[in-house]
Amino acid sequence: MLRYILKRLLMVVPVMGVVTVVVFVLSRVGPGDPVTIMLGEFATAEQIARTRTALGLDLPLPAQYFAWLAQTLQGNLGLSLFTRKPVLELIAQSAAPTVLLTLCAMVYAVLVAVPLGVLAAARAGSLVDRAVMAGAVLGFSTPVFVLGYILAYVFGLRLGLLPVQGFPGLEAGPVAVLRALTLPALAIGATFVALIARVTRASMLEVLNEDYIRTARAKGLRRPVVLLVHALKNAAVPVVTMIGIGFGILLSGVVVTESVFAIPGIGRLTVDAIFRRDFPVIQGVVLVMSAVYVLLNLLVDLSYMLFDPRIRY
Amino acid sequence: MVEWLAALRRLARESPTLAVGGGTLLLIAALGLVAPWIAPHDPLAIAPTNSLEPASATHLLGTDQLGRDLFSRILVGTRISILVGAAVAALATIGGLAIGLLAGFVRVLDGPLMRVMDGVMSIPGVLFAIALMAVFRASVETVVIALAIVEIPRVVRLVRSVVLTLRELPFVEGAIVSGATTFGIVRRHILPNTLAPLIVQATYIAASAIIIEAALSFLGAGTPPEVPSWGNIMASGRAFFLIAPMLVLMPGVVLTLTVLAINLVGDGLRDRLDPKLRAALK
Amino acid sequence: MSGSPPPALEVADLAVDLRSGGRTIRAVDGMSLTLDAGETLAIVGESGCGKSVTALAILRLLPQRIATMRASRLRLGGEDLVGLSEEEMRRLRGNRISMVFQEPMTSLNPVLSVGRQIIETIRTHRGLDRAAATAEALDLLRLVRIPDGERRLGQYPFEMSGGMRQRVMIAMAVACRPAVLLADEPTTALDVTVQAQILDLLQDLQRRIGTAMVLITHDLGVVAQSARRVVVMYAGRKVEEAPVGRLFADPRHPYTLGLLASMPRLGSSAAHGPRGRLREMSGSVPVMDGRIEGCPFAARCAHALDLCRRSAPEPVEIAPDHRVACWRAQERLEMAHGRV
Repeated sequence: MLRYILKRLLMVVPVMGVVTVVVFVLSRVGPGDPVTIMLGEFATAEQIARTRTALGLDLPLPAQYFAWLAQTLQGNLGLSLFTRKPVLELIAQSAAPTVLLTLCAMVYAVLVAVPLGVLAAARAGSLVDRAVMAGAVLGFSTPVFVLGYILAYVFGLRLGLLPVQGFPGLEAGPVAVLRALTLPALAIGATFVALIARVTRASMLEVLNEDYIRTARAKGLRRPVVLLVHALKNAAVPVVTMIGIGFGILLSGVVVTESVFAIPGIGRLTVDAIFRRDFPVIQGVVLVMSAVYVLLNLLVDLSYMLFDPRIRY
Repeated sequence: MVEWLAALRRLARESPTLAVGGGTLLLIAALGLVAPWIAPHDPLAIAPTNSLEPASATHLLGTDQLGRDLFSRILVGTRISILVGAAVAALATIGGLAIGLLAGFVRVLDGPLMRVMDGVMSIPGVLFAIALMAVFRASVETVVIALAIVEIPRVVRLVRSVVLTLRELPFVEGAIVSGATTFGIVRRHILPNTLAPLIVQATYIAASAIIIEAALSFLGAGTPPEVPSWGNIMASGRAFFLIAPMLVLMPGVVLTLTVLAINLVGDGLRDRLDPKLRAALK
Repeated sequence: MSGSPPPALEVADLAVDLRSGGRTIRAVDGMSLTLDAGETLAIVGESGCGKSVTALAILRLLPQRIATMRASRLRLGGEDLVGLSEEEMRRLRGNRISMVFQEPMTSLNPVLSVGRQIIETIRTHRGLDRAAATAEALDLLRLVRIPDGERRLGQYPFEMSGGMRQRVMIAMAVACRPAVLLADEPTTALDVTVQAQILDLLQDLQRRIGTAMVLITHDLGVVAQSARRVVVMYAGRKVEEAPVGRLFADPRHPYTLGLLASMPRLGSSAAHGPRGRLREMSGSVPVMDGRIEGCPFAARCAHALDLCRRSAPEPVEIAPDHRVACWRAQERLEMAHGRV
């Protein structure tokens, strides 16, 4: 078990290695010489040369990469060009709404999608099944920010039920926070619902043809038990895998949706950085989000054994 | 002509998804193509005295805060979205095909190439595109290149898996043993068998590219703000969402319809595919 | 009605249609059988002859999307099953009538412990609490001769041998002391030595619990060993029915003759080959899609007359309890050159 976790962690190394190389390369080919940005336009050639040496910018690129990587691994993602604050600190400061939003979207999406997928599979070919599948295609096709505005229009402007802008801050209490997060979470989760409902249905359809499902029915078990215990537990691994893969879509969706609902999270930080050409912040966000994504997929791998006793690490 | 109609009718019956999606998509693409000639107003013409007008006979969907005709802007925006979708699909498919063939045929390259693809795929798509656009100068071309880079790994995985499956089949093994050149094998066996899933994959990539381009433009990291792409129209109208929600909703709905049409075409094509190859697509 | 108890199971004129693609196949046609309390009835025939479909139809387990069935009579211990709702049927399944399947490797749920799979059956039908049901499950494991029950309850199917799994299947099937047990090729997938143990176990259980059993098999050796009466099925129809002794001594349907002829001689060891496999008979079971007129066996039958190709024979009673569906049932036919 522990050995498997270690082995699996080792497999993360090349993946994150590629991610760091990509981010590093982007940071070097980006417009704007960091030294000029630091010293201003009127620095002397000698000042510039001295700063270059001090920053290690005169070393060959691989050496620069490893120096940068060493810094990064210590949590030093550089300074924001705009606020002059450490990037990691900025990310940490805006993480709370983003983490909450991601969790809400994920939990609601899974809670909606899995039952829909099970229902569609249990009644394959029926009207319910077709409706779920048609809804899934629509869910895939609606960009999260468009859905965000549609929801804001219907529930905010027309019905006046929920706030359409802003985030009150955690100190405002759970009710206010949840009200502010409801519409954005619904918007972000829609694609995820579509994705997971489809996979659940496909996986369930396969499992429902298995001999042991016939056995469960021959034993006179109630239909919900047959579907939710005997079938769903066997169908779970592809579903959980898709939850992990789809998490990337969720993270992308959060960044865009925060902008729609004016939520001061990591997405807002990113968009502000785009307008300010604040490259270290953009690169820091990409690095942190990719690491979160990779780690979540590691957790997904480990969770397989909760569903299938034959998988033992 | 009569045969054409009969063929169309058969298509509509056998694969209604494909017919509906394809019909809608053709209509949208045709409108985009002729947009500059049929647009009732210049999409860029500013008329501050007419700002935020409601829908009327002269301005079918009203005007934006600068008095520009929303209908004309959306119509012209169609071109950009369709162009981006098609260009990204083509570029990612060609690039992915090349890398995928390399990974599938050259054993030494397989491991490293696929690790790189795994790494690239573990960067959330929109964020990667933002990071790429941050270093490029904003233009339609750079958006296309950035999105193609984001989408290429999906094609690589598909092509590689098809190559690895086909390699084991008797007729391909036979061709390898009998000394056919790699190029010959690719042309005779691999390409024909990869074509169908590649087309389906390309359709999905086009849909995804159109969404991400709109998202990037909406966030200010896509096509230059003066270009009337759907994402830019939404971005410029968002400040007025509370008083003129249609400025944001209309381009959004048209965007959704377009993506929906493309996805329906993809699903329709996938369902008509050889079921053996269906497994290769995720 | 007289004082004699009703039969454990009564089936009359059972017909099952299966749709696949655009075609409809009559998988079971006019099947009738009666099972007395506590007795064992064997159904034999080649694979695809409709044996399993018959059992699944009785339990109403055929997928409704592809199967339609009807019967003029379907009674379990005198209770009519024909009009029952799905919920009423569910209460009977695994309770008063249960089934053991052919493939112990795939018929147990791989991700649930065997203990859980046995206990849920008990709790569903008998309303026991967890502790009582667990105690009962331990008793059941003892009953099916699985040693070290405490440990076994916590194990998963993949941790057990095929024979062990089939014992678990049997334990689940008899958990509620059913009046009828449908055993569909219960030993086919097992090693020869284990086959005998399982058959022995089934007979022993039957004596202890008083369950009547329908034993579905293609293996006449199994039939000779355990059944009292035999029904021979071909292409979805019953072609012959007789007490075991009579069937072996005086088979009348040419198909039964063929089955017996393809059986290895008594005394030859099982190690010399699969017992009683029917593959040595030439030809194969026709697909019943309504195009066949006359006797379905006529095409493979060496004794077929013109009449046989034109019209299908109905079962006639040629001796007490001995019914044959053959125009030439009154004759004693002989094997001719490997063909029937």
